[in-house]
Amino acid sequence: MSTPQGSSSPPLRSSDEQPCGDPASLARYALCLGDDALVMAQRLGEWIAAAPQLEEDVALANIALDQLGQARSLLGYAGSLMQPTRSEDELAYFRDERDLRNVQLVERTWALPGGTGSDFGVTMARMLIWSTYQVELYSRLASSADETLAAIAAKAVKEVDYHRDHATMWVLRLGDGTEESRLRMQAGLEAEWGYVEELFDPSYVDQGLLANGVAVDPITLRDPWNSRIDSVLAEATLARPEVSPARGGGRDGIHTEQMGYLLAEMQHLARSHPGATW
Amino acid sequence: MPEQSRRDWPLWEVFVRARRGLSHVHAGSLHAPDAEMALRNARDLYTRRQEGVSLWVVPASAITASSPDEKDSFFDPAGDKIYRHPTFYDIPEGVEHL
Repeated sequence: MSTPQGSSSPPLRSSDEQPCGDPASLARYALCLGDDALVMAQRLGEWIAAAPQLEEDVALANIALDQLGQARSLLGYAGSLMQPTRSEDELAYFRDERDLRNVQLVERTWALPGGTGSDFGVTMARMLIWSTYQVELYSRLASSADETLAAIAAKAVKEVDYHRDHATMWVLRLGDGTEESRLRMQAGLEAEWGYVEELFDPSYVDQGLLANGVAVDPITLRDPWNSRIDSVLAEATLARPEVSPARGGGRDGIHTEQMGYLLAEMQHLARSHPGATW
Repeated sequence: MPEQSRRDWPLWEVFVRARRGLSHVHAGSLHAPDAEMALRNARDLYTRRQEGVSLWVVPASAITASSPDEKDSFFDPAGDKIYRHPTFYDIPEGVEHL
């Protein structure tokens, strides 16, 4: 992800600073969070030059770049803890589908079930679900016992707070808008809701990291997430969907059928010209 | 469809304050459905490279502008009133920042 923009990523681990807890577990944890942000960024990029308005186009591109920045920091850190070490580019471009650890919420296209084109209601529903989760996650991770994770989270929490605000603004306006917009916003929520459960599945987090105060227990995020989401939905006159959870498995490398296409597009250039720079 | 919705969204003028102590300066315009969204669009369009610490958005329709047709009567009469410039004072010695 050698982008030409001058990014101010938090510094990676310096040599004298020891990570808290088992490096392999910590690497896996950072990899999961990094893959989430990476895949979200890639999907969001599909809206560039395709959003309903030029202004929204730029807003979504900004959000995608924030997610990409978080992915770079997290994957870079994860790679630095691996034996042998791996670069952020190696992790992003040279792993196959079964090795990616992101949740399924972020990987699917923006289409409604049975539809083909990207749907703005789906997009805002997912962004509300996702950014509300990320705010709760990063605000706690900012006081992680691991200084690098804490620094990455402290920078990211301000970014995702804005993403949440952006999604909230749209969900309120579409939900409490016209009859047509309310129906379509509700349809977007229904499409995404089955993938919420996976966010709070704690099985991917090592117990040692929890005990040492390095990682955040996803279970603890559920109540604050619920209350924030419920208040937005109530104000937007939308109903909380009742949908049975999807099968999940993203943290174990089990992905939906749309994931392969996303990776093909994201990775093909780097694999066709390994080591190329620009 | 995009043409239609763009017509539906009003135009807003954006003013950015670069830093404390400076005044807000007109930066450009954008379309947004309401004031809150206009402010957020302004943040995304006009402050993404740290251009500002404060933003105003004003409905373009709320601005009353002088007309180019009135340029002569509005602005030309000020052209020869040199006594309106504070240049007729003797500056005492030792005053550095005047």
